[in-house]
Amino acid sequence: MNQPYVAAALRQVLPDDCVLWRDEELRPYECDGLSVFRQKPMLVALPRTEDEVRDVLVTCRRLEVPVVARGAGTGLSGGSTPHESGVLLSLARLNRILRIDPIARTARLQPGVRNLKVSEAAAPHGLYYAPDPSSQIACSIGGNVAENSGGVHCLKYGLTVHNVLAIRGFTIDGDLVELGGGAPDHPGLDLLALVIGSEGLLMIVTEVTVKLIPRPQLARVVMASFADVRDAGNAVAAIIAAGIIPAGLEMMDRKATVAVEPFVKAGYDLSAEAILLAEADGTPEEVTDQIAEIEKVLQAAGATAMVVSSSEAERLRFWSGRKNAFPAAGRISPDYYCMDGTIPRKNLGPMLEAIKDMEARYSLRCMNVFHAGDGNLHPLILFDANTPGEWERADRFGAEILELCVRLGGTITGEHGVGIEKNNSMCVQFSDSERAAFFGIKAAFDATGLLNPGKAIPTLARCAEYGKLQVHGGALPHADIPRF
Amino acid sequence: MDAPAVLNELRERVIAAHQQRQPLRLRGAGTKDFYGEAAGAATAAGPSVLDLRPYRGIVDYEPSELVITARCGTPLSEIEAALADRSQFLAFEPPAFGGDPTIGGVIAAGLSGPRRMYAGAARDFVLGATLLDARGDILRFGGQVMKNVAGFDMSRLLCGSLGILGVITEVSIKVLPRPRAEETLRFAMPARQAVEAFNRWSGQPLPLSGAAWWDGVAWIRLSGAASAIRAARERLGGERVDPTAATQWWNALRHCQHPIFQTGTSPANTSGTLKPNSSSSQSTTGTTRDRTLWRLSLPDTTPPLELGAEPLIDGGGALRWYAYDPQSGDEPRKAASAAGGTAMCWRGPAPTSGRFHPLQPTVATLTRRLKDRFDPHGIFNPGRMIAGL
Repeated sequence: MNQPYVAAALRQVLPDDCVLWRDEELRPYECDGLSVFRQKPMLVALPRTEDEVRDVLVTCRRLEVPVVARGAGTGLSGGSTPHESGVLLSLARLNRILRIDPIARTARLQPGVRNLKVSEAAAPHGLYYAPDPSSQIACSIGGNVAENSGGVHCLKYGLTVHNVLAIRGFTIDGDLVELGGGAPDHPGLDLLALVIGSEGLLMIVTEVTVKLIPRPQLARVVMASFADVRDAGNAVAAIIAAGIIPAGLEMMDRKATVAVEPFVKAGYDLSAEAILLAEADGTPEEVTDQIAEIEKVLQAAGATAMVVSSSEAERLRFWSGRKNAFPAAGRISPDYYCMDGTIPRKNLGPMLEAIKDMEARYSLRCMNVFHAGDGNLHPLILFDANTPGEWERADRFGAEILELCVRLGGTITGEHGVGIEKNNSMCVQFSDSERAAFFGIKAAFDATGLLNPGKAIPTLARCAEYGKLQVHGGALPHADIPRF
Repeated sequence: MDAPAVLNELRERVIAAHQQRQPLRLRGAGTKDFYGEAAGAATAAGPSVLDLRPYRGIVDYEPSELVITARCGTPLSEIEAALADRSQFLAFEPPAFGGDPTIGGVIAAGLSGPRRMYAGAARDFVLGATLLDARGDILRFGGQVMKNVAGFDMSRLLCGSLGILGVITEVSIKVLPRPRAEETLRFAMPARQAVEAFNRWSGQPLPLSGAAWWDGVAWIRLSGAASAIRAARERLGGERVDPTAATQWWNALRHCQHPIFQTGTSPANTSGTLKPNSSSSQSTTGTTRDRTLWRLSLPDTTPPLELGAEPLIDGGGALRWYAYDPQSGDEPRKAASAAGGTAMCWRGPAPTSGRFHPLQPTVATLTRRLKDRFDPHGIFNPGRMIAGL
């Protein structure tokens, strides 16, 4: 299908300025937050209403043109990397908050609304939207639904799937789908849970209703230093074992704190091998009690120093370093590659040791930030794409981390999604029949396979190919990589 | 027989049933035999029963990971005892209906108790599940970690699937520390005022873990740190309920043992009676067991519905149980739909529109297609979720 033909068909259903086709217009859409993968789309469609979204889908379905949905483009797994002969469907113009209902504690949103905007709009009612991915200033609620995004507070407050009450949207055939609702129970299969985190493969979401919860009266965070990353890992398990569910429980290694400190001046202890941030929230009495308990556990677990935030400004400053870890990585290295595996908490220590060993083998640095409470790791592999071979090494480094995650009883992605990036690692985590089941689900929603093709689930052929590569290297793993 | 042998036997029975197109009725302890469409269809002429109780046992439980993994036939009591030993619990409070359901049945039905509006429902706690599909493949989805977005979220899809996609052979469930303290407060107030109060309090940072109403009394449960409960109590007022009486009340609600749940049961099982509402023309005749019990799931802000009977309210206003005259057809369903909710005919004669609330057309189509993918010959629990499926 050639570009002018599809563009003309889309202009039948959209105003001219909502169809982008010139090279310079398409360029900004060639990648999402995972910029190592770039692909110009054939066209970009920018519908402004739900009806226009449906019309775009019906048109693409008729012409058999692939459709890749995009929210704010902050995704880290290439979930909205365009298709070369497809339409990139940007939902950025559907950015209205349709209703905040303070009595029912819900917000009805168009998919392009930014995550943080929801909490800002709910704030006058003492309410907020709990999932807070680090990109919350920019990322859209529609993208959060596509990826089942988490954040630093999901240990206590859950992921997107726990906080979305209803969605509305269309299949590729243009059929209206309404899932969930204002009531807690819905008959039939839980398709709402299935669609959340489906990475744009099942349907296009045009409206999202989320749960708002009361803002805790107070939150305070303990910042604890550890002389050994293993001790910090054990401290995390000790907190949970003590029956405490902190509102947030995060860990950064020394490479990460050293990278962010000059950037945000959070006041991190740069002599510590690792720091933990543990937050308590609730009533003032509850927070005082919980902070005391956390301090006791951390002390026993070998913390070398502890500071408790004494004001809201200080609390936010402690968090700012964590939330800015990715941009900080970008300041100390031309490029970085962020991984997102999750492992049982008890394996944090062995995982960190293994990463240290991989750094040596791949001759690349890696800084580590973790949602430690959830066992969700974000190793940031630092590399320079302009140095020949570095990206390839970073890519293999990342794949090895993910394979270890699976071996340690975890998963290749905790919250960023599979996208285009982790397709090969999916072959490690799932069997042929499990992947066939995923394709079955895909076909039930989208028999044509036009929605976000090539993402999230690798084909049998692709896994067979990847298997061959692995066997190749298997005799002498990564023999081409110098050791020192 | 050891677990792998039991699983293998289940597999062989499923494969044979698939090949012979012989329907199977998946069953654990049978505490929910009454539940769903085509309930009680396990007759000699109907599908043969696949008893899942033999595939039992806790596979893995590490308190510091907040996860328990168990085979489908494991009794709920065994799981709850293991958790209680380590001061943890299943925060979604699955109902036991006076028996001892299997964990597979708990997840397949996906039902939750009074804490669900505050702590989350069964589906919110499912981290992983293993499915035995019609072809005899054993498929593992999700895992034992809190965050996992690799592949479609099949394990949550299986929660509440009523076995129509296959046998859930193993589940991993998130568990939580037991609250440090708990307290129940009681307030005399009419239903309308209770619904308003529940919504007002839910919008405030209070440690709520239950809000119910029956017969002129609102019940509020608070859970968490002792200091937080004390602060909430001072703010809310009300009458403190003796802990034993409070436990009894919440357990009766959780396990559906409250007198209203005698509605529509066979006379032999009837012990309690429902106070008739004399102002209502529908409720003046007959005993409660001649009536149908409706479970309405509504936006929690919905004012009391004019249905001529007083409901039992749970979930802070979101769940309402009505004992109703079966002659009135699906009146409660129409009222629930109008309020933006759904209604299930829980017990007693079902109306022609079915026991479950009808599905939105596209959702019905998608459900049929999914069923067709996983169970092409329709051997698993035919008709249990949707008539003819």
